[in-house]
Amino acid sequence: MRIGTGFLLAILSGLLWGIIAIAIAGISLTLISGLPSAPVLSAGAIAGAVSAAIIMLRVPKLRTNGLYLAAFMGAIIAMLAISFAAPFTEPFATAPIGQAIAIAIIAGAVTLANRACLNDIESGILKRYTLDVVIVRVLRGFGFVFFTVIVVLPFYVMVMTSLKSQQSLFQNPLDLSVDLKQGTGSLFNSYVELFTKFHFGRFLLISTIVSVSTVLITLAFSIPGAYAVARLRFPGQNVLSKSVLLIYLVPMIVLVIPLYSVFSQLGLRNSIIGLLIVYPATTVPVALYMLQGYFRGLPVELEEAGLMDGLGRLGVIWKITLPLALPALASVSLYVFMIAWNEFLFAFMFLDDPKIFTLSRGVVSLNSSEVPRQHLMAGAVVATIPILVIFLWFERFLVQGLTSGSVKG
Amino acid sequence: MTTATPDTPSQSPAPPRKKRRRIGPMERREARLAYSLLMPTFAIVLGIVLFPLIANFWISAKPVRLGDLRPPRIIASERLRGDLAKAGDEARIEYRVRNSSQTRDISNVTLSDTLPVGLSLTKPDSHCRVTGRKIMCELGDWEGGSRERFSIGVKAEQAYIDKPVKPRDSEPVLTGKANNILTNFEFTFDNFIGVFNSREFWSVFWVTIAYTVFGTGGALILGLFAALLLNKKFPGRSILRGLFLFPYVAPVIAVAFTWLILLDPFSGTFNAVLQKMNIANEGINFFGSRSVPLTFFGITFEFPLALATVIAFEAWRYFPLSFLFILARMQSISSDMYEAAEVDGATPLQQFWHISMPQLIGILSTLFLLRFIWTFNKFDDIFLLTGGAAGTRTLTVDVYEQGFALSNLGAGAAVAVVIFLMLLIFAVVYFRFVHREDS
Repeated sequence: MRIGTGFLLAILSGLLWGIIAIAIAGISLTLISGLPSAPVLSAGAIAGAVSAAIIMLRVPKLRTNGLYLAAFMGAIIAMLAISFAAPFTEPFATAPIGQAIAIAIIAGAVTLANRACLNDIESGILKRYTLDVVIVRVLRGFGFVFFTVIVVLPFYVMVMTSLKSQQSLFQNPLDLSVDLKQGTGSLFNSYVELFTKFHFGRFLLISTIVSVSTVLITLAFSIPGAYAVARLRFPGQNVLSKSVLLIYLVPMIVLVIPLYSVFSQLGLRNSIIGLLIVYPATTVPVALYMLQGYFRGLPVELEEAGLMDGLGRLGVIWKITLPLALPALASVSLYVFMIAWNEFLFAFMFLDDPKIFTLSRGVVSLNSSEVPRQHLMAGAVVATIPILVIFLWFERFLVQGLTSGSVKG
Repeated sequence: MTTATPDTPSQSPAPPRKKRRRIGPMERREARLAYSLLMPTFAIVLGIVLFPLIANFWISAKPVRLGDLRPPRIIASERLRGDLAKAGDEARIEYRVRNSSQTRDISNVTLSDTLPVGLSLTKPDSHCRVTGRKIMCELGDWEGGSRERFSIGVKAEQAYIDKPVKPRDSEPVLTGKANNILTNFEFTFDNFIGVFNSREFWSVFWVTIAYTVFGTGGALILGLFAALLLNKKFPGRSILRGLFLFPYVAPVIAVAFTWLILLDPFSGTFNAVLQKMNIANEGINFFGSRSVPLTFFGITFEFPLALATVIAFEAWRYFPLSFLFILARMQSISSDMYEAAEVDGATPLQQFWHISMPQLIGILSTLFLLRFIWTFNKFDDIFLLTGGAAGTRTLTVDVYEQGFALSNLGAGAAVAVVIFLMLLIFAVVYFRFVHREDS
């Protein structure tokens, strides 16, 4: 074995993977089992480095599965040696199986990560190209772990908190484990209370009505408009198709005070009708923009044939353009549904009466010291699940909607 | 928002212009159809977006408070004083009238009522005229908070004794002209003077800029990193892509409250983890600390922790959008260039810098400008996370704070005007640079 930049890089990679693996495994062990453990980062780091060093002992061609097994064992031994057989600062007697599994997972993960990064890398002096390749591999691996953790952790905490009680959370905030033996009744206690005492069934229904109505109104307004902009020639067409998105740059907060004042005086403020006037106004311009882009891409010949055969313009839109544009309609509908479902500002400003709260407004009303935390999180879960299910189901359409709907947020 | 116009001459070629001059009946009909199809969109945008924008300027120049939205009213209650047991008995109908507002005047107040059948008038009040059974009283101008009572004398006739009708059954109708502060022509500059003179304004302004710049930058960098990860095909890529979009798709209330609970100084999981791993000694109040001293290489400086945390939230919640756009652009870069670079021996990092980046710079700058404007406009996130406390109050939160928390609608509208004017500047920049690049 020659010692050069390759070996050095391998050691660095091993150290990084070791730290990541033991930190994640330690925290997961705590969150899943409720053990108040603290992972010894240095033990993980050394274990990773040892594993990498063992891999580097052989030239790439001679790296057999046996060598990787040795690296795996080396990592375990190093980890136990550095941490005096307690890599999670817990005596091995507490939860031996869990700890053993965690140690095996760490050593395995580190070895696999090292293998993925270093499999074809020499230990001697590396060319700049190979050096870059290793750095990119390590960064990519780190990126996958990083993004998965930052996205999954909050949602995991949201769901788990909703299933626990306030006292146990305060006693040990690290313990997100759920006692499955207590039975579904007490496990889903906060959800049951939300739907029985806090009227979440009604909020869910109102949110659905508001979102679906917003979609329908938006489509009814934007389809004719989009068709006009895409197909008909009229003075101002060019300006219009370009400036319609300017509406999107208008901050909602600037509209809040005038709309609040006017709607108060008209008696529209504390009402669903008021919301159904405001929501489409914010979604129609973008829906129009998205649809006209799609309409332009449809073949004109079909519509002309329809006109020849005696259909009127509206007939052409209804019988020819719309059936062809179904995918675009799906994208727009889902996108608008998402905006309306998630809308917070106007629901919060306009609605005072708990009888007509939308889900967003209802969840905000749970944010008080009198309502236990798990109820707030259960409310958040109730508001999130429908939109996430729809999103996963129709991901292709929604992603299309997001990209063609410019970058509204 | 007429900033679109400077662009149009260069973009609309000559032919349409000629057409407009000698417009035939066919074209005219087509244009009329187009306008009628666009009518609903125009109407709703005009009513709910453009009108409020103008109304906001109007309100910002008025001394209007939240309470003024409930217009002052004249309220009257009516009761019969005396006993009408037999024909010929006399009693009084008493009206108690008051102005519901303590501060605002109501002018030209009138009261009209119907005299119950079977009662005849004995002593009319000097303000009132009676024609048939109609009583019509002119009560003049009423100051804020004033209340008065007056009565008219009546005598019972047999018809009333046979079939008594309570005078209250006919509600008195009151009219009056209140000065509606929203529609009158009283203007003031106090709102703007108050906004610009307050000590907070400039700190709010700089917090907004910092939040916008770093929030946008953070979301872009995270998005670029995530897009680089998912650019190559591998099993599970579409699952990861869906997962990465979660923060953006989930409702803001859900994720904001989750962050609050996750980062809670006493019972938050994140703080507990930090303490377990000996990174922190005690719970850190991420959303409540205006600044914490940080020592870096022997130099101590104040770190605006709460602001940094809301910026982190912003970057976390909106990286999926930048990610989607950057990924879409990356996928459209032809692989020939990379293959050629590979042959020439360019390393992966060199390929990224010299091939990918120049191709991505367009979408990155577009995204930066658009996200910059939307982050600047963002209200929900900070409002839910900190309510603008601990040095995180941005201009948008200030609108709410002035208008609704302090009940001074005029001042809130004035802040909104400031926001709007800054946005006009951004919009001009947007059309100067981005739109040109796109087309």
